[in-house]
Order: sequence, then structure tokens, then C-alpha cells
Amino acid sequence: MKYSVFSLIRNTLSGHRNWAPAWRAPEPKTSYDVVIVGGGGHGLSTAYYLAKEHGLTNVAVLEKGWLGSGNIGRNTTIIRSNYMLPGNNPFYEWSMKLWEGLEQDFNFNAMVSQRGVLNLCHTDAQRDAFARRGNAMRIDGVDAELLDAQDVREMYPFFDFDSPRFPIKGGLLQRRGGTVRHDAVAWGYARGADSRGVDIIQNCEVTGIRIDNGKVTGVDTSRGFIGCSKLGLAAAGNSSEVAALAGMKLPIESHVLQAFVSEGLKPYIDGVVTFGAGHFYVSQSDKGGLVFGGDLDGYNSYARRGNLPMVEHVIEAGVAMIPGLARVRVLRSWGGIMDMSMDGSPIIDKTHIDGLYLNCGWCYGGFKATPASGWCFAHTIARDEAHGLNAAFRLNRFRRGYMIDEKGQGATPNLH
Amino acid sequence: MLIKCPHCGARPVEEYTFLGDARPQRPTSNDPSTMEQWFDYVYLRDNPKGRFDEYVQHSGGCRAWLVVSRNTATHEIHGTVTARDWTKSRQGAKA
Amino acid sequence: MTSFRLEKGGLIDRAASLSFSFDGKGFTGHPGDTLASALIANGVHLMGRSFKYHRPRGVISAGSSEPNALVELREGARQEANTRATMIELYEGLVAKSQNRWPSLAFDVGAINSLAASMFVAGFYYKTFMWPKSFWEKIYEPLIRRAAGLGSAAKEADPDKYEKAYAHGDLLVIGSGPAGLMAALTAARLGARVILADEGTRLGGSLLFENEEIDGKSGLDWANSAIAELASMPNVTLMPRTTVFGWYDGNIFGAVERVNDHVLAPSPYEPRQRYWRVIAKRAVLAVGAEERPIVFGGNDVPGVMLASAMRAYANRYAAAAGKAAVVFTNNDSGYRTARDMRTHGVRVEVIVDSRADSRVEAGGVPVIRGRKIVDVKGGKGVAGIELDDHMHIGCDTVAMSGGWSPIVNLACHRGARPKWDATIAGFVPPDTGESFVAAGSAAGRMLLSECLADGAAKGGGKPSDAPKCRDETYAIKALWWVKESKTKAFVDYQNDVSVKDLPLAAREGYSDIELVKRYTTTGMATDQGKLGNVNAIAILAEATGKTIEQVGTTTFRPYYTPVAFGAFAGPFVGRHFQPTRKTPLSDWAEEQGAVFVETGLWMRSSWFPRADEDWLASATREVLATRSGVGICDVSTLGKIDVQGKDAGAFLDKLYCNTFSTLPVGKARYGLMLREDGIVFDDGTTSRLADDHFLMTTTTANAARVMSHMEFCHQALWPDLDVQYVSVTEQWGQMAVAGPRSRATLQKIVDGVTLNDETVPYMAAKELTILGGIPARLFRISFSGEHAYELAVPADYANMAARALMQAGEEFGIVPYGVEALSIMRIEKGHVAGGELNGTTTAADLGLGKMMSTKKDYIGRMMAMREGLTDANRQCVVGIRPFHRSDRLRSGSHFLKRGDAPSIANDQGYITSVAFSPMLGQWVGLALLANGRARIGEMVKIFDGLRGIHQYGVICEPMHFDRENARLHA
Repeated sequence: MKYSVFSLIRNTLSGHRNWAPAWRAPEPKTSYDVVIVGGGGHGLSTAYYLAKEHGLTNVAVLEKGWLGSGNIGRNTTIIRSNYMLPGNNPFYEWSMKLWEGLEQDFNFNAMVSQRGVLNLCHTDAQRDAFARRGNAMRIDGVDAELLDAQDVREMYPFFDFDSPRFPIKGGLLQRRGGTVRHDAVAWGYARGADSRGVDIIQNCEVTGIRIDNGKVTGVDTSRGFIGCSKLGLAAAGNSSEVAALAGMKLPIESHVLQAFVSEGLKPYIDGVVTFGAGHFYVSQSDKGGLVFGGDLDGYNSYARRGNLPMVEHVIEAGVAMIPGLARVRVLRSWGGIMDMSMDGSPIIDKTHIDGLYLNCGWCYGGFKATPASGWCFAHTIARDEAHGLNAAFRLNRFRRGYMIDEKGQGATPNLH
Repeated sequence: MLIKCPHCGARPVEEYTFLGDARPQRPTSNDPSTMEQWFDYVYLRDNPKGRFDEYVQHSGGCRAWLVVSRNTATHEIHGTVTARDWTKSRQGAKA
Repeated sequence: MTSFRLEKGGLIDRAASLSFSFDGKGFTGHPGDTLASALIANGVHLMGRSFKYHRPRGVISAGSSEPNALVELREGARQEANTRATMIELYEGLVAKSQNRWPSLAFDVGAINSLAASMFVAGFYYKTFMWPKSFWEKIYEPLIRRAAGLGSAAKEADPDKYEKAYAHGDLLVIGSGPAGLMAALTAARLGARVILADEGTRLGGSLLFENEEIDGKSGLDWANSAIAELASMPNVTLMPRTTVFGWYDGNIFGAVERVNDHVLAPSPYEPRQRYWRVIAKRAVLAVGAEERPIVFGGNDVPGVMLASAMRAYANRYAAAAGKAAVVFTNNDSGYRTARDMRTHGVRVEVIVDSRADSRVEAGGVPVIRGRKIVDVKGGKGVAGIELDDHMHIGCDTVAMSGGWSPIVNLACHRGARPKWDATIAGFVPPDTGESFVAAGSAAGRMLLSECLADGAAKGGGKPSDAPKCRDETYAIKALWWVKESKTKAFVDYQNDVSVKDLPLAAREGYSDIELVKRYTTTGMATDQGKLGNVNAIAILAEATGKTIEQVGTTTFRPYYTPVAFGAFAGPFVGRHFQPTRKTPLSDWAEEQGAVFVETGLWMRSSWFPRADEDWLASATREVLATRSGVGICDVSTLGKIDVQGKDAGAFLDKLYCNTFSTLPVGKARYGLMLREDGIVFDDGTTSRLADDHFLMTTTTANAARVMSHMEFCHQALWPDLDVQYVSVTEQWGQMAVAGPRSRATLQKIVDGVTLNDETVPYMAAKELTILGGIPARLFRISFSGEHAYELAVPADYANMAARALMQAGEEFGIVPYGVEALSIMRIEKGHVAGGELNGTTTAADLGLGKMMSTKKDYIGRMMAMREGLTDANRQCVVGIRPFHRSDRLRSGSHFLKRGDAPSIANDQGYITSVAFSPMLGQWVGLALLANGRARIGEMVKIFDGLRGIHQYGVICEPMHFDRENARLHA
């Protein structure tokens, strides 16, 4: 059923009793051509593009919880393509281009809203780093603007320009950056994949990976064995646990990242802004809540919840940036588990096991990558080789020494 | 979270800095044939969901490096030893 | 206006009167009132508008779960949005406005949405607003954003202050109703250090408004005597107005104390709120239970409220919700409202009890059993009700009771899920171990005697320690929603989620409770589903053919009630966001007119302008004066680590890629440290002061990290090394003395040493005294490329030493120079710094590959051998000059080969550092360029798309000036 204002009116007249389910709830088949582990953003988009771009529809997505219950359901919804390294930049820009046509493509309003992403800088060195980054974007045709303090003040006069500890000296603005209604991305991909024949199987936990003679043959699950000739892992924070089922040890640590939302407010801040002198970034949702976050709690965790020191740390930075926030109230905090890689960049690759493919290492930047990640992973699975866009996201880059380290922090995952 | 430092007692988590997995042991050879061991030491992690031994520094206190045994699923802390004792006992075990 | 203030009773001070305004209209109330109770006493029920349909809404509750009566409180910079009228203590001069309405609360244009409500079902916006594509951001979204949100928040800086505090105790009791008081009392009598916190203005919980009898007196009297006893005990801390909002690892609780929210403005030196971290050995959750609404047609008409709220307004605040009430209940507790209202002289038309077989004493009020309200008549106020047998009954207020939900939130904050208890038709807290237990109605105990006994037991005593009391009966037969209702029946008031939205979501595939929440937004409003969630779960259970247990709850997360940012930020705002580090030389630098710049937490002297010089003119003059005479620069921020012990040299050999064990005593050496992954970590000079004594310096940026790294390497990797080290960064003031007259200047202040190439040769490190006995260290090292020294003195002597140097150098035209001039000189000399040591460069990239020893093990040695780190095409440090001598260079510009089109594939590298070289009279820079060493002399295109500047440059050696280092040894 195509969604449109006309279908909405038609269904209103029939009392909304005739909406087709957005996806089926199929029983798992005994085998599939491709099984994707992880019914989050990346797994669902992979299935969608396998069906749409590669004609592979005998595909199942296995989700241990409910659809979209991982990081696609608990992020801060930001999209941007302000990367500077050659291995990253074209990939994220492709993701941005997919975002820009996504809703029409999968016929679901995900509220893609390009209201701009502004990174503030507070020192000359930060400005130089932004110039480097912005020019890396511009050199490849990606939009970027370098703002001075006055430009920022005109956009956001209520930031602390009067008595800051670290004066705002300017910022890097990507106007095409913005936010997307995160849950809707999972739903749109799920609906699009389902309508093309993909089985989305919720409450189905993978408990084993069967390998025969170096080749994947299927997975054991909480709902029985499911055979497959190709198996794609897109398990985000649980990547290490799932890969361990295939005997693999990954260059990944799982860390908890907290995020927050305030009570709903009338329009307060238009775009996405990141503070450069502390860990704080914020945007306002269409519902009116200020959605914000900061930094990892810092310790390995699978608990999806953090502790008070990071809450204080993030909110101190928030009030330092916007003094008026002091009287706004934070409504809710939550945590997601980040698959932090050793260079801060992801892995989309084949593995040494025939038929086993890996998609992980998204750190806390996975949401914006959702379309391109699925698109590239689908290509990698379907063609059994990486696409040019994910050619740098190889698993063996650490062994070989070709890290993609935007922050320059090295093999210390909690610093990326 | 409160972590019990062997020197300072139970202290809040913000006094500590986490480095991560304490299991990998730094190889002792510089022979090129040991590259794979080095790669494993620097880059690969068990990353378990459950009990986990990790290097933690009491950076906001006595500055001792510790090995904290903690459950990554529940954040329950099972015990803490100094990194010095941890390493010495592992070196002893090997010798 | 009719007064709805009852003649007698209530915990209000009738002798005093407070004036306040709501939506610009003046009212009066009494101390002890909340804004909500004062408005009700004035006959005002319409207090807000809902989120989506802008329906008129009245107060539902008398507590912190209030979803409807949210107001903008205070004005100007103190204006706060979404404040619960039920929690605002009335004060003289209070100003509040309703929100989410235009132009007025009574007439809200947004209510037009109600007309289209049949179309605006759950998730409708996911299905439309997609065409044409460009309309979303230009038209639909701005409209939605303006219509959404609730109140308006101030954008000015908050004039009030906040504090942070810690509390430690044996027992934290959260909630001060019967169970909480009993737990606190029992534990305190046993000698425990007890903290009793309650979100209410005064302690007592439900005893403040329920008619109870305990220990032969009224519940209120018993509470007051219990509180008095607690207050008299030195081991007890009472914390009213304190909301415990979260439970964290280590049995740490977060709490906010509203110190001054009940006054117009805090007095000076007092905070508005105080944020607490409470660390308790044990804690008792005694927060009671939340009454649930019933979902029926018109259950949101202003004047419909929770039964317990209606009697709280009457009993505690002496405010009558109306003149003629109807009670609608599925359990025994609704009858209390009928009896209490009748006692207060309010007519109760009827109790509608959905249970056919209930036998509760109604105190003379007529009871209709086995019936349900299908609709409430009225728009902005209640006009009457209609029952499922079509009977109409006139009334002006409706009390509803759908049963009680134990307030399990805090017990679930660390991941455990609550359990369903069919007897009370509610979720009860999970087992969270000994250190945090629930007591009383929070644990699902519905009788007063049970609550008291449970409190005594959880406080460490015996159940029998509790006093005798009178019990009301309690029984419930679940009724979640009235299926016969034809009109809109709300599950989540604030977000306008109606009973029809939930099955619709399930039909569309969003059948998990978490998906229902996200698709319909039920439970996502400012009350986080406190009132509506259990109803939603039950409705979904029926729609999906599951049990309530199978459906389960969504995740309970902090914050129990929303917390002001200011409370979390505490005093760390504005200039106090982070500490400010000043160097030992900052007084001297200030005297010299320095302009300071933030460098991490440090304030460094950046340049020393004279007259109206700008930074460039000043820095240029400072360079010229230094290179022609002498200049001094504060370099105290460099990390300084004192390393001692038998194995100090061996330890440094492990840390640095080059060797230090061979360094002679009295000499300094430049050292380069790698990370274990083979990338450069830090650099600096390290001197040997004795066989077993080194002084290491680090970059300013990495001082703390290097220290921590050393501690790790020693303690975790090589614990047998006999070495000790300590940061002495703050113990020494250090200044560079540079320029051809530096030696002559220094000579005038050092004691008893003739400075020459024998006594202090290049790279010497010498301990001596200056100015007649002040201990000092003199290093003949140079960052500027000049004949130069660094002089270190104990921090307290630093200003004195600098002043003496200024005097000594006067005849040579000495100048102070700042980090700008320092930077210019190092770029002229091609020395690498932060721009090049960017965490991705190798020693070889920096032109320092020869420093990497092949004779020893050191951190980073092996990983540096990987092919990717030795690839000839890596970007390495080169010099760059503009092709046109007059062109300016800019950091962050990229390089393209001549003739190549811009693309990231064609990107050759970028400029890391630039300076206008006073010595060369042109801009020069350092850059990272692919295979750069082989490209000296190549002309490249400089791409600066950000600033729209495109020019050409020529690659050169990094060292732009004095390539023979003649000046160094002059």
C-alpha cells in the first residue's frame, strides 16, 4: 500500500481499519540465500538494498529483540558528511545523497531535515583543523563553510559570547547536515525490504554460526537452525559477541554512550550545534525536545545505561555553551552500546570465512551512515567484493597499517 | 559507579581513567616473526559481555594503575588489584 | 467568580494571603497552596492545552505526575517552561502563563487540529508530507515545529546559582509516607545514619491528605510526631523538597533539592537548587503508588481528575474541585473521595463502580454498580456524564480511579524489569537485592497496616514494631478502558494518544510495546507515562491477544521527574566552566602587557602589543627583536617530569624511540615518543642531571597523557624497573632566553659561572644559582633556532627572575615574546609542533625516522614497521612557500597537482602551519604532502575552497631560515 495524503484520506474515511501492516511477521524458512544478523538500521538497509539493487529477495533479517531496538532506536538522529580522510569522505557523502532521496525512494516520511550542522571552534588550532576538514569536503564537492565568531553570533545570538571560559571563535558549517527521525528510518527500510520479499524475523536471537570447511552454512537461533549461503553480521554493539560465534576476535570494544532529551519546548535552536570546548552537541526535534549528548562514559559496557559523572560533564558543557539552558529540564537519558573500533572508522568487509561478511565499528557515527552502510554492505555481499566506497573499510587495515584515524587517537577506542 | 582502590578505598568513577582489556600481554620479542603477536596485542580485543579484567588508572587519586574485574553487562565490580601485582603475578606464572 | 475554597480544614495558612497571576489575571491564595490548588479554589480548571489537538485541559493530579497543568513560570531570564502547577508552591507575586495556545487559553486556534483528529491518528505524519519533496523543509516542517513543543524557555543566562553536594549514609529512605516514615524511624532508632528525602514541600506523603488513624491519633498527627522525633535525632537528615530522580551503579542516587523554588527569587548567596549525589549503603523505595486514570470518552475534559487528587485538593488544600461530583472507580479507594467530599459538604451525585459485586461502605452516597461512564459532557468544563446504559447525570467534576500502580521507576533504572501482580492489577518492583528494597505501597502493599509493618521491617526492625492503625479495605477488578465509549478517550493526555491509536499501531505491525510507544508517542510526554502506561499496556495486550505480562513495560529510565540543566551544571558555568591555569610567569607577562590565549586549561601569553599593534605587527616585532638581540618567552606550560632511580635511563629507553641511557650527565637530548601503534605520541628535550636523575619535558598539550603513559608502562609493563617519577610542571617557572645577546643577558644574573661554549655548550643542562643564590637550571636548547637557553627557577621566583632578565637585557633591547612569535620562529626553522604531531604521523613522516633505534625494544617499535606506516606515498612534512611572493598562505589549504581537478582522490596533502616570516619578508608554511620528500621544488596548486582562494605554491625543505644552523652556535 503506497503511503500518500490520498491513502491517508481514504483510510480516514474507512476508520483506519484497512491499513496494511507495514511488514509481515513471517515464520523463518529453513534456509535463505542471505541471512543478515541484526534488525537495526544497518541490517535493514542492507536487506533493502540487496533486494532493490541486487535482486536478492530470498533474504532474512534476524533480530534478537524488536525491530530497530538497537542503536537506530537510541541515537541523536544527526546526519552529516563532514569527514576529511579519503577513505571516509566519499562514503559519507554518498550516504548524505541517499538520505536526500530516501523518503521518496522507500515511501516513508523519515523527516529528513537539513537544517545544518555547525561545529564550533574556540582556538586557532581548532580553526585550522576545521579549515583542513572543510577543504577536504570542498575539494570533493561537499558543502562546507568556515564561519567567524560574528557569523555564529548572527545564527545563535543566545550562545555565551559575553563571559565564556573558551570564547567561540567561529565554526565549520555544513548546511546539508541535519537530523532524521531515527525510528522512521528503521521502519521505512523494514517496510521497503518486506514489500520486496525479505523476511524480517523479530525475537530471533542467533546463538551459533555453523561453518563447514571454511564456508558458512547457516545459523543456530532461538527459533531453530536457519541455513544460508551468505551471512552478513550487522550487530553494532554486539558485534564482538556475534563474531565470536564464528571464532573471530575483532578490533572492537563495546562502550556505552548516553544521550538525553529535554522536555518539549517551542522552537529554541534551529540546527545541530556541537560545542568545541567540551563534550556537548544539541539539536531540537520536531516534537520540541532538545536532543543532546556528549561523550562515552569511557568504560566497556553492554548495559545501555551510564552514570552521573558523564551526565554532569555533558550538561556543564551545555550550559557553558548556552547559559539559558540552565532552567530547561532534561526529561530522559538513555544509553546505547557503541562498537568502537581501533581507528574510529568502520569495517565493511568480507572475512577469512567464505560467505561471512562483517559490518561493524561504527563508533558513535553509525546513524548517519545507515543508507550507505547498507548500500555498500549489500554490494559487498551480493558481489563478494567491496565497492569502491567501502574499499578502505577493510578488516585487515590494522594489520597492514592503513588506519583511517580522523581524530588521531590510535588504538584507544574510548578516545575516538 | 564506585571503584574500590586498594590504596584509597571506594571512590567515584570520575576519579578513574579506563584503558581497557588487561588480558593481552605485551610480547617480549622484536623479531619480525612475532608481528602477529604484536598485532593481536595492540588491536584485537575479546570484548566480552560479562566479567572483564580491565586496566584502570586512579588518575584523580593515588594514580595507581589497577586491574578491575567488572561485569560489562551489569557494571558489578568483583575485585581490584594493582597493575603491578597483576603483572608480577602473570610474569611469575610464566617463569 | 465563585469561590471553591472550603470553609474549614486544609494545611493552608488562611491568615495570610498571597497574590499571583495566571495568564495576566490576578488571583489570591494562601501559604500552603500550590498553584494548582489556588486556581481550583478560584474555580479555574482550564490550565493547559494538549500537544497535538490543542484540547482544553485541566489538572488531573495533585502531584509530580501531572501531564496537563503545565505552565510557563516566572518571567524574563527566569522564565521556565512546562512547570507543573501541581508542584509549584504558591508565593507572593507568582506569575504564570498557560502555554501551547494562541492567541489565548480559552480560544486556541490550534484546536482546529481537533477537527481533523480523525486523520491525525498515530503515525499519520510518516505517511504523508512527502510531496513535493522540497515542501518538507520549507513548509511542512516549520509549521510542525511551531505547532509542536510546549512552553517557551528563556534564552538569557539564568541569574540564579546552583550547587552540587554529596551525602553519605547507612540508609536512604525515599518517600515520607507511612512506609517511609516507619522505615526511617525504625532505622534511626537503631542508630543508623538515615537520610529521608521526599519530593513534597513537607514530609508526610499521603498522610498529608488521607484520613487515617494511626496509634490512636490522626494519620497527620502521627506523621507530625514521627517527623518531630526524626528531626530531633542527630543521625537523621531530613530532605523535603528533594526529588530522588535516578538510581545508579554503586547504589548512588541522584537527587535535586529545590532550595528556593518557592520564593520569587533566591536571596543572594543561596542557590536555586542543589544537586545531590547520595551514596547509601542501603536504600528503601517508599514512594508509594500512583493512581491511574480510567480511559473513557471525555476523560480529558477539565474537571475530570484522579479521585485521590480530588480528595487531596479538598483535604490538604481546602479546595473543592466542584459543587457536584461523580466518582468513577473500579476499586475500593474511589469511595474515600466520595466520603471525604461529602464530609466537606460537596454534593456527590453518585459513585459509578464498574464492579457489579462490590460491597464498599459509601457513607450515604448513592452507588451505581456494574456501570461505566461512556462520556463526559462539556468542553472547557464538566457539564455531566453519560453511562453505558445511556443514563445522564449532571455534575461539574468527575473523580476517577482506575486502581494503583506502585511507583517502580527507580528500582528499574539499572535494567531490571518490574513484575506483574494480578491481585493489585499493577506492576511491582523487581528484586534488586539487599541494598535497594521497596516498602509499602511502592512494593504493592495496599493496606495502611501493611505499609507501616513493611516500613518497620525494611528499616531493619520487626513488622510488629509498627503502630496499630485503622485499615480501609482494598480490592480491585481491572477496568482499563470503557469499550462502549464513542468519543475520544485518552490514554496519554499530554501527547493526545487515544485508545484507538494503540490497536491501530499493532495492526500496522508496530506490535511490540516499545514500537507502540515510538509509533504513537504514548508515554513519551513530560510525565513519561506515569499515569497512562499501564492502561496502554493493557489495551495493547487485548489488541494483540497477549497477557499484560507478555506485553511487559517499556524501559524505565532516569529521570523520575525532569531535572533542570542548571542543577547538573552546578557552579561550573560561564568563566568557571573549567579551571583556569596560570603560569608562574603570568604576573610578569601581565606587567608586560601580554594578550593571553586559551591553551587547554592554560592561559598563555600570546603576544605583547605596543601602542596599537595588532597581533601580527606585535609578533613580527618580537621576532625581529629576538633574532637581532634577545627575547624572553614563558615556556612554563611544557610538561616537566622528574625521573629518578637506578633504572631511569633504561626506562626512558623504553619510552622514547631514541636512546637516553647513553646521554652524558649535564646534557640534554631531543626525544621522540611513539604510541604502541607506531605513531608519534610526543616530543621534547630530556636532560640528565645525574646518573640516576633525568628531567623530561613534554609538549604542553600532552603533559598529562605522557605522565599517565609512563605510569602505565612502569606499573603494568615493567614493574621491576627501579625508577620513580613525578610531575614537576607547576614547581618550575621556565623561560626561553633567545637571540644573539641571550648569553650576555643571562651572564648578568647567574652566580659565579662564566657562560661560554665550554661551561655551557650547546645542549648543556646545568644546575646553578642566579641572583645571589636562587636555585636554577639552565639548558642550552633552542626552539627558535637562535643561540638560546631555557632557564628554569622554582615557581615562586619566576616573576623575579623574568624581571631581572628584562633589566639585564635592557641594553640589548630585550623584548618579551609570546607564543605567536615562538610559533613564527619554529616555522621558520621547520620544527614540528601540534599541527604536525597530529596523532597520525610517523617519525619518518616528520623527517625524524633516523631517531628510531634498531638496537632496543621501545614502545611502538614493532607496529611502526607495518607496510602502511612505511609506505613511500605517505604524507610527510615539507616546507611550502607561495609561488607569488606576496601571496598569503592559510592553514588547512589542500594541495593538488598542477592541472588536476579538485577531488579527494587527487588530494595531495594540506598546509599544517603558516607564518609570516619577518626574516624572509613573506609567508612560509609547513605541510604534509604525499611522498613529499621526493617533491622538493615542485609547484603545486593550493586549494582553499572554503575561503575561495586558489593559488600556487612551491614545495621546499621544511627549514626556511638559517639552514646551516649558524645562529644556533653563534
